[in-house]
Amino acid sequence: MGSLQLKSIRKAFGNHEVLKGIDLDVKDGEFVIFVGPSGCGKSTLLRVIAGLEDATSGSVQIDGQEVVTTPPAKRGIAMVFQSYALYPHLTVKDNMGLGLKQMGAPKAEVDAKVAKASSMLSLESYLARRPAELSGGQRQRVAIGRAIVREPKLFLFDEPLSNLDAALRVNTRLEIARLHRSLKATMIYVTHDQVEAMTLADKIVVLNAGQIEQIGSPMELYNRPANMFVGGFIGSPQMNFIEAGRLGDKEAKTVGIRPEHITLSRESGDWKGKVIHVEHLGADTILYLETEVTGLLTVRLFGEHKYDVDDVVYATPDKASMHRFGADDRVLR
Amino acid sequence: MSKARISPLRSGFVHLALAAYTVVALFPVVLTIVNSLKDKNAIFRTPLALPTAETFSLIGYTTVLKQGDFIGYFQNSLIVTVVSIFFALLFGAMAAFALSEYRFRGNTLLGLYLAIGIMIPIRLGTVAILQGMVAAGLVNTLTALILVYTAQGLPLAIFILSEFMRTVSDDLKNAGRIDGLSEYAIFFRLVLPLVRPAMATVAVFTMIPIWNDLWFPLILAPGEATKTVTLGSQVFIGQFVTNWNAVLAALSLAIFPVLILYVIFSRQLIRGITAGAVK
Repeated sequence: MGSLQLKSIRKAFGNHEVLKGIDLDVKDGEFVIFVGPSGCGKSTLLRVIAGLEDATSGSVQIDGQEVVTTPPAKRGIAMVFQSYALYPHLTVKDNMGLGLKQMGAPKAEVDAKVAKASSMLSLESYLARRPAELSGGQRQRVAIGRAIVREPKLFLFDEPLSNLDAALRVNTRLEIARLHRSLKATMIYVTHDQVEAMTLADKIVVLNAGQIEQIGSPMELYNRPANMFVGGFIGSPQMNFIEAGRLGDKEAKTVGIRPEHITLSRESGDWKGKVIHVEHLGADTILYLETEVTGLLTVRLFGEHKYDVDDVVYATPDKASMHRFGADDRVLR
Repeated sequence: MSKARISPLRSGFVHLALAAYTVVALFPVVLTIVNSLKDKNAIFRTPLALPTAETFSLIGYTTVLKQGDFIGYFQNSLIVTVVSIFFALLFGAMAAFALSEYRFRGNTLLGLYLAIGIMIPIRLGTVAILQGMVAAGLVNTLTALILVYTAQGLPLAIFILSEFMRTVSDDLKNAGRIDGLSEYAIFFRLVLPLVRPAMATVAVFTMIPIWNDLWFPLILAPGEATKTVTLGSQVFIGQFVTNWNAVLAALSLAIFPVLILYVIFSRQLIRGITAGAVK
């Protein structure tokens, strides 16, 4: 009912290649998130799926049907934009119903579907208002409602939370997760925020410079990054990268260890170092050490800890959680 | 609401400057209207005085309304102005939409080519235009004037509107595409309402020169049936004798329709601004 296959999608603007051959399979009902630094081509890829941008080459199949030549409105998709993109001169109700009206659905059906979607998003009391009279969070809910009303095979989200403040972002994130569970629809979501990616996705697609770096579930990416880019991109604070030679490892080029996989002691341990900065976050304490063996090292301790700048400490990595990367930056298994 | 404090002295100077400018701008208009209500001697003896019981006279207006078909001239002027603005805005907006929305080869070049008309006066082409109109059998028709004025208004319309249309959010247009709106529907129902303030600006800038133009009516449509107001008023200006009462009365009358059009457009302008933008 809502599967998607991409085969060697390429897209170039002039001489600049933005997408360099993307292959991807999305199963029905999956929540897939494209994540990557800005300029990696994730939004362009979403636009290619939506049909707003033509791929230079490659094939897009929705439910096994080739849609490369199908206009956006006939692809059975709905899209939620970062800037909400509500029609400013239409009421909330008309905003939500326009797509169905354009398809020629009878008025009663449009009304029923708008009523259902607005009750899901608790927007009933705003139906007669115009977008200018709504807050940012309400506008984004209307935009999501507009997508739901169309009952699409594929939901496409283009950084839908970027314009909201932090508290609203968490609420709307929950709302999207709840919607995905209740609608059981296929959703494709673009973001540069790894927290959104980790919390919402069934499957994360990490993109970098127009190529897929790795595809996997959030925990797969966290526990088994395929290369240094994914290792550094997923997880916060960032993974520590240490020259393998310094640790006496001749086979690997770089060794990665996450800040949370290091323990600290004042008495003894593998790497002796000095504290150069401490961040107390309440639930976590983040320490920046300068050690003799590894250089700058970030350590994340859970809970509150009393460490001060210039304290001498010993750091010990959890050997099982170390990632070894070869000369090509790919992980060594 | 807290406002930045402005010293009363400073705001006094600002108002003084504005008032002075208002006086300068309104002076010729008021002078025209005041003198159109006086008899001929009073116009020359005391041009700056208001009409008194002695000097008050409507002779100018009666002359204007009696001589020639002035109502007809007004009609011609209005038809030409309104229809020309309509077409200049319509085609200008369409061209601007194409230039700002679609990526195609030669886009920038075409935009420059269309804007060149702002710098080159259309009157340079008068001879060729006249020959063309004669060949097409359009001399002495309002169509000839409308065609010329539409062409005259297009460059500015395209230039201003394409800049404004670039500011309309792409997401909004894409949302329309996903909802199944055709490109025409996106243009007419999403983009045009959002650039309405710019349309009003263009309309005002296009309207004034058309209404006041004497050149093209004189050359392309001097016939009695197609005379515009500016051309019609010329009958009172002779080589040796000029009927000043009638000229002033005709000019005073000519101000009003254009004033009404201006009020309509400026209300659109304000409504467009207050309607609220995309976000």
